[in-house]
Amino acid sequence: MSFKSMEKIVELCLEQNKSFYEIIIEEDINESAITLEESLNKMTQMWKAMIDASDNYNGKLKSKSGLVGGNGLKMLEYLDKKDSYCGSFTTKVIAEALKMGESNACMKRIVAAPTAGSCGVIPAVLISYYQYADISEKEIIQALYVAGGIGQVIAERAFVSGAAGGCQAEIGVASAMASGALVFLKNGTVEQICHATAMTLKNLLGLVCDPVAGLVEVPCVKRNVIGAVNALSCADMALAGIESQVPVDQVIDAMKEIGENMDTMYKETACGGCGITPRAVEIENELRSTNI
Amino acid sequence: MNIFDIIGPIMVGPSSSHTAGAVRIGLVTRHLLAQEPVSATITLHGSFSATGFGHGTQKAIIAGLLGMLQDDMRIPQSDVIADQLGFEYNFEYKTIKDAHPNTALIHVIGKNGREIEVQASSIGGGRILINKIDGILVNFSGEQNTLIVHNIDQPGHVAEVTSTLSHKSVNIATMQLFRDARGGYAVMVIETDQDIPNESIDWLNHLEGVIKVTYLSAVK
Repeated sequence: MSFKSMEKIVELCLEQNKSFYEIIIEEDINESAITLEESLNKMTQMWKAMIDASDNYNGKLKSKSGLVGGNGLKMLEYLDKKDSYCGSFTTKVIAEALKMGESNACMKRIVAAPTAGSCGVIPAVLISYYQYADISEKEIIQALYVAGGIGQVIAERAFVSGAAGGCQAEIGVASAMASGALVFLKNGTVEQICHATAMTLKNLLGLVCDPVAGLVEVPCVKRNVIGAVNALSCADMALAGIESQVPVDQVIDAMKEIGENMDTMYKETACGGCGITPRAVEIENELRSTNI
Repeated sequence: MNIFDIIGPIMVGPSSSHTAGAVRIGLVTRHLLAQEPVSATITLHGSFSATGFGHGTQKAIIAGLLGMLQDDMRIPQSDVIADQLGFEYNFEYKTIKDAHPNTALIHVIGKNGREIEVQASSIGGGRILINKIDGILVNFSGEQNTLIVHNIDQPGHVAEVTSTLSHKSVNIATMQLFRDARGGYAVMVIETDQDIPNESIDWLNHLEGVIKVTYLSAVK
């Protein structure tokens, strides 16, 4: 079984003097009855698929509905002007998040992490950092286990889907997973990984899933950006020594409580929020008249 | 949840439930048919019907029926490929009673004339549940080896099936029994840890009182 709490992972790390990554991968090979090498190969495949998806981005493509496409390219062109508020690294992260979200909407091959709708968050920060910093692929793979371990705990304690818990349970979770991975990559402590995860998830608590015309396009693609940038800021806060007053497991429980009490109109039904704005209704009517 | 359900799967977008899950529904249906499909009528229900077009649900189901996996880059062109192969299909958009919002009902005919009707739901994260086969409740995921035996409801059939499995050292993981009426039509759904050899399937097929045997090797 995957771990039911982040506290348990920290306990094992300290008891056995192991890293977060080691605890998670050992659990995986035990649970799945596979070898260390098999598990690592599979995670490497995931990483390579993320890189492929980023490399194969086509800025000229539009989604079937025509609502999204091309913004990743715009952001890359803006990055070249070297005049962004966010600075070159964060601007690159934004571009990567858009690219992946758009590729997903355009039926390209991506890696759900944890879901298809939130597939841009983790690769956006990891691919950008991999290209900017002097780190090995091996370290990135390890960071993916950290991200995955965090996601497993959240899936175990709460949920990982917009239909079950709103966008907080997709982009919020992806963001929390990404921030933990980022802290790990800069040799943060396991406690810092937990603080980053807690702060990241807290910042996105209550976020609803309100897709226009029920499609994984608006506002999903751009929400991958807030997920990625939130992960960066919370990872930096944790590495600076800033702590979350509410422990991470309790934040996850709070997300669950909020998600359970969230009206179904805000849980991927396209019956609330952005999904029922006048513009959304217009779009839906346009699509209906041209499609089926 | 397995770590590769969190980081993964690798899939063609845009939706794990409406695209990846839909491919899997088509693929498992193909495996249940156990021969090359030549035509299909596909009914989409609920959210599959309402937002299927924008999610590529139709193309995804066709792709699965043609044997493609969820990460196959040809999924967006599966309709064109179906035309090239002469695979005929049509879609209907109707409410299916008491069904999960993401449900498809597929009636498919194979090249050797075998027909099967599968009702399946995409339950999130690309995972699916086969709800009914030929109108009979079954409820299995297809993630494990699954044996489905349709028989007349009379004493001894469960024992025959389980002893056939034990004879081949096949361990039963789960077992469900359904029937429409006492002495009527009964169904066994058995998930096993090991693959069941063809000769055992053939043997079961020839038993008196057994109407139909369907076997699905775990679809990864």
